[in-house]
Amino acid sequence: MSASHVSAPAPSEAVRSPRLSETASRRLVHGGLTATALLYVGLLVVAPLIGIAVAAAKPGWSTWSATFADPDARHAYLVTGVITLETIVVTAVLGVVVALVLARDRFAGRSLVSAVVNLPLAVSPVIVGLAAVLLFGRGGWFEPWFTAHGIQVIFALPSMVLVTVFICIPFVIREVAPLLEELGTEEEEAARTLGASPFQTFLRVTLPNIRWGLLYGVALSTARALGEVGAVLIVSGTIAGHTETATLYVLRAFDESKDASGYVVAVTLALVSILLLAGIEIFKRKEEKVLST
Amino acid sequence: MSAQTLERTPLDRPEPRSSGRSVPRVRFGRWGLRGVALLYLGLMVALPLAAIVSKGFGGGVASLRDAFSQPGARQALALTIEMAALVALINAVFGTVIAYVLTRYRFVGRRLVSTLVDVPFAIPTLVTGVMLVALYGPNSAVGGFLVRHGVHIIFAKLGILVALLFVTLPLVVRTVQPVLLEMDRAEEEAARVLGAGRLATLRKVLLPHLRSGIVAGGLLAFARALGEFGAVVIVSGNILNKTLTAPVLIAQLITGFKPEAAAAIGAILFGLSFGLVLIVERLVGHRERESHA
Repeated sequence: MSASHVSAPAPSEAVRSPRLSETASRRLVHGGLTATALLYVGLLVVAPLIGIAVAAAKPGWSTWSATFADPDARHAYLVTGVITLETIVVTAVLGVVVALVLARDRFAGRSLVSAVVNLPLAVSPVIVGLAAVLLFGRGGWFEPWFTAHGIQVIFALPSMVLVTVFICIPFVIREVAPLLEELGTEEEEAARTLGASPFQTFLRVTLPNIRWGLLYGVALSTARALGEVGAVLIVSGTIAGHTETATLYVLRAFDESKDASGYVVAVTLALVSILLLAGIEIFKRKEEKVLST
Repeated sequence: MSAQTLERTPLDRPEPRSSGRSVPRVRFGRWGLRGVALLYLGLMVALPLAAIVSKGFGGGVASLRDAFSQPGARQALALTIEMAALVALINAVFGTVIAYVLTRYRFVGRRLVSTLVDVPFAIPTLVTGVMLVALYGPNSAVGGFLVRHGVHIIFAKLGILVALLFVTLPLVVRTVQPVLLEMDRAEEEAARVLGAGRLATLRKVLLPHLRSGIVAGGLLAFARALGEFGAVVIVSGNILNKTLTAPVLIAQLITGFKPEAAAAIGAILFGLSFGLVLIVERLVGHRERESHA
């Protein structure tokens, strides 16, 4: 009797209490995880963005106009622009070629090629710069030939473009190759059967199909090329008004305690890269749409 | 008429190496593309890395001893590895939480958070360093407050850590996210319905699925952190034996015209990150093959 009295409420409690704690714990876990994620991203990413915006706004407009009037700063933007443009052209054109080979061609050592494509992602930019010095610098493998022909590679634009290309090689290939594989060859074969030349087929069929992936890769390369500093620092010799890029200008500004103009150039670079990021998000979505249809 | 001839010639002219019409031409085009792709990757990627390996490891054990006898080299390598390991660990945890929240929960601003996670991909690494100086430097409100309370970020190890956490954040999130998206939610729900607790579901269902993704993301973060230069160089202050990382030391050695010493340390760094990326390829490649099967 007394035993049944004691045991009677127990089962109902056993059924009810986990259910109560289920909703509560779900809310707790849900809220806790979301808060953790938001806090982490907020502290790590958002706070520094606000920090630089405040730091760049504080000295006022006069610093901005003074920095933009500085011939060294202008030249630095120009050098960065030239390097970025050349890098984009090389990595986009040759990147599509490599992607075509990786996606359509079957040969021994293909997986090795695909590993080589990813290598630049693993290599420190400083080591890329070092490689250029070892190849083209004093006592380098190719130095005698280029000196004999009067071509200045190291401490000049050619080596700066070369290291930036190296670093940006994977981006277009990694976007375009999977896209080509996913798209298949049916449309291309149809075009060929209907009498289009390989080149026409590429221009009219393949290129329109891969355009969003290609743009996505190009945007990633652009962001990387604009911001490259380690490799370029080593090969350029950082000659102000000559081989100094925008990032190297920022680095020098902080070395010389001209923080204000350093902040200005850094903010312009950050703004451009955030615009690129917006482009990247759009291209990514368009690419996904192409794949899903 | 002449235009037509011009257009048709390349199609109809029998090429010396071909007997049929279209197949051999395709083969020629294929060889051309393959040749261009291999030449591009060979000259731009394989050759520079061969230079690093041959200069760095060319002297065998002696060159390794040289590398470690450089002042500060041992400490720099130890610091770099320590920081990279910490960064990989912290971001493996928080990156997985963020990936989970982004894929499984719906909340206001989810898209914005997802974009913010990509910000470190787009922002130039040097600008990352500048942002951290702007936020935590002694001249800023936040930095001043922290320094008064004994927390030193700029020119200290903590600054290196924060910079590397920022730079590598997207790597883990973007490696774990696809695995979560692919994973069947029914499994998680089945475990819950069958009475498994939250922790048991996490341990027995979720983590085994995510393990290779988390490890791959962590290793990518580790490899990236090993080589990072731009984000670290401004923040760390590069104090010998204290906050000088291996990539910054390499840069200093090269600009100080000691490329041999730089090559020895660079080869160690390269070997380390190369090995890591090979492991990652294996982990991620394995998963991809599994999901295709």
